Amino acid sequence: MRACPNQPTIELSINGRCVVVPACVTVAVALLMSGDACRVSVSGEKRGPLCGMGICMECCATVNGTHHVRTCQLEARAGMEIVIE
Amino acid sequence: MAAASAAAESGCSVALLDDNATSGGQIWRAADSASASHAVTYSELSRRLMHSGVEVHSRSCVVAQPAPGTLRVESDRRCFDIEYKRLILATGARERFLPFPGWTLPGVMGAGGLQAMVKSGLAIAGKRVVISGTGPLLLAVASVLVKRGARIEGIFEQAPMSRAIRFAFALCSRPGKLFEGLNYRAATIGVPYQFSSWVTQTHGDDHLHAVTVASGRTKREIPCDYLGCGYHLVPNLEIPQLLGCRIERGHVSVDVTQSTSVENVYCIGELAGIGGLEKALIEGQIAGLAAAGKPAVHLYARRDRAVRFARRLDAFCALRSEFRDLADGQTFICRCEDVPRSALAGMDSWREAKLHTRCGMGPCQGRICGAAAEVLFGWENDSVRPPITPARVGTLAVSTTETGAP
Repeated sequence: MRACPNQPTIELSINGRCVVVPACVTVAVALLMSGDACRVSVSGEKRGPLCGMGICMECCATVNGTHHVRTCQLEARAGMEIVIE
Repeated sequence: MAAASAAAESGCSVALLDDNATSGGQIWRAADSASASHAVTYSELSRRLMHSGVEVHSRSCVVAQPAPGTLRVESDRRCFDIEYKRLILATGARERFLPFPGWTLPGVMGAGGLQAMVKSGLAIAGKRVVISGTGPLLLAVASVLVKRGARIEGIFEQAPMSRAIRFAFALCSRPGKLFEGLNYRAATIGVPYQFSSWVTQTHGDDHLHAVTVASGRTKREIPCDYLGCGYHLVPNLEIPQLLGCRIERGHVSVDVTQSTSVENVYCIGELAGIGGLEKALIEGQIAGLAAAGKPAVHLYARRDRAVRFARRLDAFCALRSEFRDLADGQTFICRCEDVPRSALAGMDSWREAKLHTRCGMGPCQGRICGAAAEVLFGWENDSVRPPITPARVGTLAVSTTETGAP
């Protein structure tokens, strides 16, 4: 696990819901640990990360207004607004 | 890292484009938590990279080749064109995923994928995990997860035991590799390890809660929270394909200096054959020196041994014929566009499948389903078009004279 000396947890929002996650996790991990899917597929299936390395695009979500962000490659920061599309 | 350092140390002006935030690829992700020997190699290489004067661009993806000898690169906030006289490609590999009923359920990941998530902070202590697929990666991943407190219910390897014994004997001439493998098994000694076994389906509504494993004629259901399932690796060939490098037997053809069929373009590591860290480092060194005009003949023998290991690894990981039938008619082959196997019946080629069903036309552009389609139907996915990675419209719209200098 990455070392995060400053604070053990951070707050962010997922679909408007306030969520507390360990600091220094990726956004994809934050979504998984909060019990959320990362996206909904074209036929309505909930999806989570598959490859963990920015290839499969299953972890894509909207972060701070930017669409199609590969959340497995982005470190979660306090105050982030994540919307699952 | 090795290639860039070697070239820079020989006097070249070198830029390194890395699509991750920190260098080192997948093997050195979260390097502070790597094994002791890996950590030493990584910190030495990082120091070498820093002192050699290489210009490092992180979170930077190659999108297109707007002109010969020029790459268009997109990073978080900007795009730029970069010109090169020599280009060394080390884009690594991704896991091969084979579709089976329920493989799209959250909680199902690649073996390397699950390891990557754990290294990115996923809490795994006390969670029940099943690992399946093929290759030494399964053991390596299991050993990392065990160290972090995961409860591994089983490791299921599709290869038969006879093949594993042949592979182990072949490793006797590479005691370092044999030792590494034994270390992984020692770390996972309490975990059941079965050959000729594989996951046939998953169970769960919104998240995985069990898998069915087939082993010989028996099938059993194993409750679990995560499945790490991957069938060996395939190289990330998009940039070599874009540049027109010759691809043979699934990897880029290179000569003794790691040069490809395209002048001034070199390929190293997994691109030239799946062979792991040692092969990547030695090939990187060879290519970096060759690009600087200093052929490193003294390194060729070591590289050739690494290439022979890579071929043995491929032989061990060869897939059983049963995997062609694992996916039923409703199983999605293309996850981006939700294309089921039944929609692909009667298609004769990858191109035909794309045109009629959108298979391979979603965000991953066939990186996941293409490898699966090759196993299931024998289709070759040999075309690539820019942008080779999702890119902002602004990146594509500029002409070569308009982009900002890096």
